[in-house]
Amino acid sequence: MSIILGVLEEGLIYAVMALGVYITYKILDFPDLSVDGTFPMGAAVTAALILKGVHPAATLLLAFFTGALAGCVTGLIHVKLKVRDLLAGIIVMTGLYSINLRIAGGKSNLPIFSRENIFENAFLEQHVPEAWSPYTAVIILFAITAVCKILLDLYLNTRSGYLLRATGDNDVLVTSLAKDKGMVRILGLAIANGFVALSGSIYCQHKGFFEISTGTGTMVMGLASVIIGTKLLKRFGAVKATTAVILGTIVYKACVSLAIALGMEASDLKLITSVLFLGILVASGNKGRKVKAHA
Amino acid sequence: MLELNHIHKYYNAGTVNEMCLFQDFSLTIRDGEFVSVVGSNGSGKTSMLNIICGSIPLDDGMIRINGKDITHMPEYKRQRRIGRVYQNPAMGTCPSMTILENMALADNKGKSFNLRPGTNKQRIEFYREQLHMLGLGLEDKMDVKVGVLSGGQRQAMALLMSTMTPIEFLILDEHTAALDPKTADTIMELTDKVVKEKKLTTIMVTHNLRFAVEYGDRLLMMHQGQAVIDKAGAAKQQVRIDDILEKFNEISVECGN
Repeated sequence: MSIILGVLEEGLIYAVMALGVYITYKILDFPDLSVDGTFPMGAAVTAALILKGVHPAATLLLAFFTGALAGCVTGLIHVKLKVRDLLAGIIVMTGLYSINLRIAGGKSNLPIFSRENIFENAFLEQHVPEAWSPYTAVIILFAITAVCKILLDLYLNTRSGYLLRATGDNDVLVTSLAKDKGMVRILGLAIANGFVALSGSIYCQHKGFFEISTGTGTMVMGLASVIIGTKLLKRFGAVKATTAVILGTIVYKACVSLAIALGMEASDLKLITSVLFLGILVASGNKGRKVKAHA
Repeated sequence: MLELNHIHKYYNAGTVNEMCLFQDFSLTIRDGEFVSVVGSNGSGKTSMLNIICGSIPLDDGMIRINGKDITHMPEYKRQRRIGRVYQNPAMGTCPSMTILENMALADNKGKSFNLRPGTNKQRIEFYREQLHMLGLGLEDKMDVKVGVLSGGQRQAMALLMSTMTPIEFLILDEHTAALDPKTADTIMELTDKVVKEKKLTTIMVTHNLRFAVEYGDRLLMMHQGQAVIDKAGAAKQQVRIDDILEKFNEISVECGN
């Protein structure tokens, strides 16, 4: 039971990040590596703000905005300075490593165990019965993820959301609609990295600390989740893509726990991540960037 | 009115491969004209369209629409008054969005792409009527993704989408070239109908000499960046395919092939 709860908790935390990767990779067709930097950025911002006494729930929003800002930078580097998408992401990711350390006050590890967070606070202790306490984290995470998913679904059905989808699909049409495709890309990257940083914030509050290396492999994990979700779960009828991505993340986390349960060490985690990703790529026949089959 | 004044365009400028495409090329297209443009490969037809739309930069010269200088206006801003249909049927639609969503996208051209619903439910009936006009039965498949449609169906949609909002110019870039002869005929008839109904100023590049002769009220033949035939009105009505073919042969002999 505790293993299942653990998988669900981890899966739901990273599902928010995977929604961000879904926006860049699937919708915009932009392999955005800056997520490896914006995930710990969300965590760093959260840890620093909580230590300053900011309300834990407010740090979620603030983390979203700082992530969105970093996403804008990636977008501006790509669109205005005409740097290739992968390189723009790498530049931002690398730069963020130092920025994250600065946000955390020069420390690569910033514990916030002693402070209240969205999972442990006076309000929950008063209002949640003792018997429910093992499940509160999962319920809170489920609520946050559901809100993110619904907001994203709603957004994708607005005019602006249509334009975002059109940009990844056929940017010639966006130009024909008299819209600047570069601005749409920047907007998409901002939203995506906002989600990733939000996920980092949740992660930080759940674990109780900020750690500089948590970002490594975020992109790979997000991609794996998105591909599992959209490719493998597509066979089970009409599931919305965003739902599929969330389920994909949980399945992915289940695979990782399974590997650990089968005797792998926790230190093998990143190796498991990459091998699993390779396996998923081969199994789904999706070995690289989305090929422009329609262009 | 569209004016190209003293256009100069070089490719690979400053290298040994420098090629001059346009040297002092000028062209005026009056409101309401339907111009067919023919010419061999590399004669500058598509480059001319790209210059008008702003897809490629100019080396020298000026482009004006209704007297307003648009030479340095970015491509996406020019498109506000221009509708363009490409040779590749995939260029005018979004394959992973449904027919309805594509229609809604096109309908919002010129409006702000804000957080209002992408598809206005009250317009669905209008989209249905528009699609019905195509006679392809697309109005019954509004929730189908455009990616599964055939090239002809997509091109018909692209034509519809590019002319849905009020535009001043319609640019057709060999828009029937990738279609089978029957579908090409259908799309061409449809084009003519749309152009006449909406009284659009149209520039159509085509390799189909029959279309060039049958449709439009002005005929241009491009060769090495110049218009070697330019006939409008009554003179255009008298042009026969053989005349154009003859000119084609003449040019080919000059070029030595």
